[in-house]
Amino acid sequence: MSIEVRNLTHTYMKGTVFEHKALNDVNLTIEDGEFVGLIGHTGSGKSTLIQHLNALLKPSEGSIHIDGIDITEKGAALKKIRQMVGLVFQYPEHQLFEETVYRDVAFGPQNLGLGQQEIEARVKEALELVGMDYDSVKDKSPFELSGGQKRRVAIAGVLAMEPKVLILDEPTAGLDPKGRDEILGEIKRLHEKRKLTVILVSHSMEDIANLVDRIIVMGKGKVVLTDTPRNVFKQADLLYSIGLGVPQVTMLVNELNKKGISIGDCISVDEAYAELTKYLRSKLND
Amino acid sequence: MIKNITIGQYIPGDTPIHRLDPRIKILATIAYITILFFIKGFFPYIYVLAYLGTVVWLSEISVKTVLKSLKPLIVIILLTVIFNVFLTPGETIKLFGYKLPFVTKEGLYQAVYMGLRLIFLITGASLLTLTTSPISLTDGIEKLLNPFRRIGIPAHELAMMMTIALRFIPTLLDETDKIMKAQMARGADFESGNLLNRAKAMIPLLVPLFISAFRRAEELALAMEARCYRGGEGRTRMKQLKLQRIDFAAAFITILLAVGVIFTR
Repeated sequence: MSIEVRNLTHTYMKGTVFEHKALNDVNLTIEDGEFVGLIGHTGSGKSTLIQHLNALLKPSEGSIHIDGIDITEKGAALKKIRQMVGLVFQYPEHQLFEETVYRDVAFGPQNLGLGQQEIEARVKEALELVGMDYDSVKDKSPFELSGGQKRRVAIAGVLAMEPKVLILDEPTAGLDPKGRDEILGEIKRLHEKRKLTVILVSHSMEDIANLVDRIIVMGKGKVVLTDTPRNVFKQADLLYSIGLGVPQVTMLVNELNKKGISIGDCISVDEAYAELTKYLRSKLND
Repeated sequence: MIKNITIGQYIPGDTPIHRLDPRIKILATIAYITILFFIKGFFPYIYVLAYLGTVVWLSEISVKTVLKSLKPLIVIILLTVIFNVFLTPGETIKLFGYKLPFVTKEGLYQAVYMGLRLIFLITGASLLTLTTSPISLTDGIEKLLNPFRRIGIPAHELAMMMTIALRFIPTLLDETDKIMKAQMARGADFESGNLLNRAKAMIPLLVPLFISAFRRAEELALAMEARCYRGGEGRTRMKQLKLQRIDFAAAFITILLAVGVIFTR
């Protein structure tokens, strides 16, 4: 499921004193099965952009094609688009409302008009995909679960729609390290097993560096840069200038390089470990 | 989607209207509303229009923004107009030789008269909140209610509740927008279907909204207590309200309007 965004511009509250151009002539292409990271400073237009991808917002100008279908056209089949492109908002647990976990996850499939059996199968699958035991949680109230569990149930609610593209807006915000690793691991597995196209919005450069194939950097409503994590994090100065950063380990390696310890670029701790051992060994041999 | 509601939304500025003492603004608004109910016939509306027009012009708020405040109440205005057109007894009107059933001359007159009254009332009242920040609004209310403390009116607490309520209108609107979008992303449909279906469709919106409102209330209470808030007893202010020359001028003009309107009766 490829996504093509052409000349997308979005202006909030047009014609008032609060008028604000959130997106300005954005062009980008996301290939089928890609794992893309979307980074940008607060207010750079990330959230506005992802809301366009499943037609929750209409562009002021420009077009979006998903699998060749123009979703900005009048009379586009909104339900179909929202089924294809699943969007998990920030703090998705805030949208839980049903009495039981089962019924909450079933909300999406129900809106698609599926039969009871199909719904049950999907709920079961979705809960298992996010690593929850179907039988033990299905009759619980979503409000008695822990924070991380609530979030997983909410993500399952989107997965039960069986989207081809999954967009996640900071899925790990406010979680403890364990919960964060679990959720990210599940997203990674979904991408690998289900061949889902995943767009991950995050403020954590570490998470992005470890997971994605390609990064899209946004700043002031425009796409500033798009490349592999390695190439993006080489441009530390550009990233700093738009209020972003690089993974801490990359920062460390850059500093070491400045001090005359020349080792290769690293974007993950494992890489840095390998590079540093190589460097130390060669020093020992000298 | 629902971001275009202006009720209770302050538009910052530095104009004579923005600088007016909130007490004067509140009293002038109350006077203005009262004056509207004393109007007889169409002629005095010219005074009111001039008054309102001057305020809008001085406040540098666009007419469009002011008119937008009518949007949430458009149904009430329309209902008033329609009921007045059709339900006022009197002489029926002929159009192209045909008698229009139920439409009377008096009805049309009454409808325009009442419609204008409502429009002036709402736009005038919303100008108060458009040009006064919630904080100074509450200051004004608190000061105005202070004399009634002796008969047991908790002025400070009332004012604080009002500020909090006003403060949370935009927050809750944003929240509603967010939850609506999140449920729409799961295929929820808020816009079609009959009344019963639409009411049912509100449940996925209202339950999370209530939960978040309670959560916010609790957090706010905690944050206030953490800063030793114990109600109004013995609280002093950094900024004292003081009447300036411009405040007396505003009061004088409002009194002029009242006299003018009463004079035409």
